[in-house]
Amino acid sequence: MRLPPQPGERLDRGREVGLTFHGASVRGFEGDTIASALFGEGQRIFSRSFKYHRPRGLLCCQGTCPNCMLTVDGTPNVRACVTPVTEGMRVEAQNVRGSLDHDLLAVTDKIGGPFTPVGFYYRTMIRPRRFWPLYEKFLRSVAGLGSVDKHRGREQRYDVEHRHAEVLVIGAGSAGRQAARRHAAEGRQVVVVETDPARVDAGEGFEVVNGTALGVFEGGLVPVDSGALLLRYRAGHIVVAAGAVEQPLIFPGNDLVGVMLPEAVRRLVGRWSLKPGERAVVIAADEGALDAVPLLERAGTQVAEVVDLRETRVRQIAAKGRAGRLAAVELDGRKVPCDLLVMSGGRQPAYALLAHAGAKVEYEHERGIFLASEIPSGVEVVGAAAGEGISAGIPAATYNGAAGKGKCFVCICEDVTDKDMKRAIGEGFDSIELAKRYTTVTMGPCQGKLCHVPSIRLYARENETDEATIGTTTARPPWQPVELGLLAGRPHEPAQRTSIHHRHKELGAKMMWTGTWRRPHSYGDPAGEAKNVHETLGVIDVSTLGKLLVTGRDAAEFLERLYPNRFGDMKPGRIRYGVLNSDAGRIMDDGTIARLSEDDFYVTTTSTGAGAVVEWFEWWNAIWRLEVEIVNVTGALAAVNVAGPNARELMTRLTDLDVSNEGFTYLDAKHAQVAGVPALLLRIGFVGEVGYEIHLPSPYGEHLWDAILERGADLGAKPFGLEPQRILRLEKMHILIGQDTDSESNVLEASMPWIAKLDKDDFVGKWSLEHVLERGFREQLVGFETESGVVPLEGGQIVVDGRPGGRVTSARWSDHLGRAIGMAWVPPNLAEEDAELTLKVNGSFEKARVRLRPFFDPDGEKLRS
Amino acid sequence: MSFLLPCPNCGPRPVDEFTCTGEVTVRPKGSPTLRELTDYLYFKRNVAGVQREWWCHRRGCEAWFTAERDTRTNEVLSVEVSAEQ
Repeated sequence: MRLPPQPGERLDRGREVGLTFHGASVRGFEGDTIASALFGEGQRIFSRSFKYHRPRGLLCCQGTCPNCMLTVDGTPNVRACVTPVTEGMRVEAQNVRGSLDHDLLAVTDKIGGPFTPVGFYYRTMIRPRRFWPLYEKFLRSVAGLGSVDKHRGREQRYDVEHRHAEVLVIGAGSAGRQAARRHAAEGRQVVVVETDPARVDAGEGFEVVNGTALGVFEGGLVPVDSGALLLRYRAGHIVVAAGAVEQPLIFPGNDLVGVMLPEAVRRLVGRWSLKPGERAVVIAADEGALDAVPLLERAGTQVAEVVDLRETRVRQIAAKGRAGRLAAVELDGRKVPCDLLVMSGGRQPAYALLAHAGAKVEYEHERGIFLASEIPSGVEVVGAAAGEGISAGIPAATYNGAAGKGKCFVCICEDVTDKDMKRAIGEGFDSIELAKRYTTVTMGPCQGKLCHVPSIRLYARENETDEATIGTTTARPPWQPVELGLLAGRPHEPAQRTSIHHRHKELGAKMMWTGTWRRPHSYGDPAGEAKNVHETLGVIDVSTLGKLLVTGRDAAEFLERLYPNRFGDMKPGRIRYGVLNSDAGRIMDDGTIARLSEDDFYVTTTSTGAGAVVEWFEWWNAIWRLEVEIVNVTGALAAVNVAGPNARELMTRLTDLDVSNEGFTYLDAKHAQVAGVPALLLRIGFVGEVGYEIHLPSPYGEHLWDAILERGADLGAKPFGLEPQRILRLEKMHILIGQDTDSESNVLEASMPWIAKLDKDDFVGKWSLEHVLERGFREQLVGFETESGVVPLEGGQIVVDGRPGGRVTSARWSDHLGRAIGMAWVPPNLAEEDAELTLKVNGSFEKARVRLRPFFDPDGEKLRS
Repeated sequence: MSFLLPCPNCGPRPVDEFTCTGEVTVRPKGSPTLRELTDYLYFKRNVAGVQREWWCHRRGCEAWFTAERDTRTNEVLSVEVSAEQ
């Protein structure tokens, strides 16, 4: 039902657009919003209120109030009055049990009053405690607005864009445009942000962007919501031209369907050529509502009565409804039948963005408005937001102590009534900040735009003081409701893959995460893979190891200062295991350090520690300024470890280097051609069998991998994953940083005292380690094996005298040893070979024996052979 | 925290590109007493005012530098690449 074409209407009547509302087809025109299309088809109830489930209709029609929030294509809380219709939209009501016309939960409006007073959730539904699960189920089902479709997945992608503006103007009204022109004329780059697409155009020497400024943050940061894109504007100068917000009047029945703010009438008639009602009453505390009268007349609405509160005193206003829809207005008891009530309680400058920026907010008695003052530098306010053009209203009219029957809403978002506010005052919540938290007034979707000032007026009146004394609550971003997805941005799950990744997939590896790395957990048979390493030959991709080149005249000195180990005496071509400590003596990372030449060291770190170690190295060198360069070559090099009794035979087939035990001994590092590629060979053994680590340029990773598996096929060469590696390293009692150690661990208590050369002059962490020696050990990391063969949970308790006295950090079943083995932190007095430990496993107690030496090859004879 | 920090190499960049390890401390020389050690490790001045602190342009040029920042306003008064102890 449209009016004949209106001057300036926003409709393209030649182009129909259709949506479905609860399955029923609704036709509108290009230029309609969801709400205008529905309104055109006769829909008047758009939602049910938050708490009382009262029917609600269009109130503001400008995206401020919560009344038209619908679920659109599965997205809840879409403000229908500002969302353009697109073809095929699926629109549904939310927060209803049943239908919009018959909502079962509307019972809370009828009988709920005494049971759901303000703050009811602090005192009801608490006892008896055993009923809580029932209460909770019920409360969760009724609480909140709309529901998120958890199965919808990531259809919508959100992104962030960083933009810069010399001058950012918020609001493209006349004042905003004027300011934009002024700044542009002075040669500045000006961007204007405007929420209402109807006011977005090409601009005149400045750019106009459609979006909503969500707040003003430090450093001139203004995030702008422009649909699925968050524009993070960094502005040198901010002009707030956010206008003013029409305020509602507070009287019984002020939430009935048919009660509207003047802007709703302006938009319904002016933009969408809709007749807002048949018979209207207009109540104005300023000229805003009066402006709507000619529009109503143009639309053919009979204006039954116009009350200008500035001239006429009305003690009691009460709206009367039938089934939630306005039927009449009572003015001091005189009943005026109507289906439309246009009310305006004056305009309040939109100061929130200024408050975000750090401005103060003060009450101006003459006009009864709150105004921002002490505007910070770099921020400017123009137009209605600065109070320009806002005439003196009569603030007292907003709320006149309205007694009478029927609920009188201060906050329509949260269904807070005048009674709730008075009750809060009665209970001693005399500060508006406390009242806000207790009653949740201003905490709904409108963010206080329609309820903040009324709540202050009510508080002032009920406390027999004035608005200036009551003051305002703190305005916080976001200024408009925003989709969480927009704030979260695009889902980023950074992943790192080694250059051999695809080979693992081809071999059927089960992949797992270690930090951001994707690594093979196993190739299907962890125990079998471990066995293969012990019996013939295993191959594992260790490209994830952090790899750093530390070079320069002071490289040895640099490492000497950073690590507790000694490096000065190290011969080129040799390798040392090192543990990095913080100055507090805590273990940070571990790895091997190979001295390639006098001034060149090759340092490996844990897979997840590379970034932190580089940063740590660079930081210390920013202090020390030694002649040393640190280059992170983690991604540039692939690394493969081959280990097992046949490892040496394999190496003879891959390289011309003399790999005999005499020519290439344990902890040697040498450059050589491996499978025809220049590589660095490290003879080390994390897994306990004779092993070689081959480091070469990443592009040759697959080539090396293939060569090993081909040339080693008859030697039993098979890949092994991380899980078998963990079994094998545990057999050797090699620690895993972060698994066996935590942020409190130090090398002494972690049973690696040989690492710390405390006779060195200085190294990072030395003094703290000396202190540990002085104070004595509080706990110690040891190995253990369970007597029954049960494998305890990692993180499980060790019980000492009936109390928790330690914890298991690693535990595995070792087929090779035929035992359940592990590592644990225990009290120092239990850190003795054969000491008995009591482990708590699945609620029962298990006996275990302490082992101080590696379970497998305790003297390292195999490694060195 | 959303201010811009002037990296000595890259110019003003959003602060979330950087990591900060707190105020510049002086590592004791020689063999500190336990008191000196714990002061150095755990006690910071934590001033409300201008403070010299370590920053690293982690998501940029990766350089470490010191900055003088007013902790009340986040105004950065100066940045410096070379540090002396």
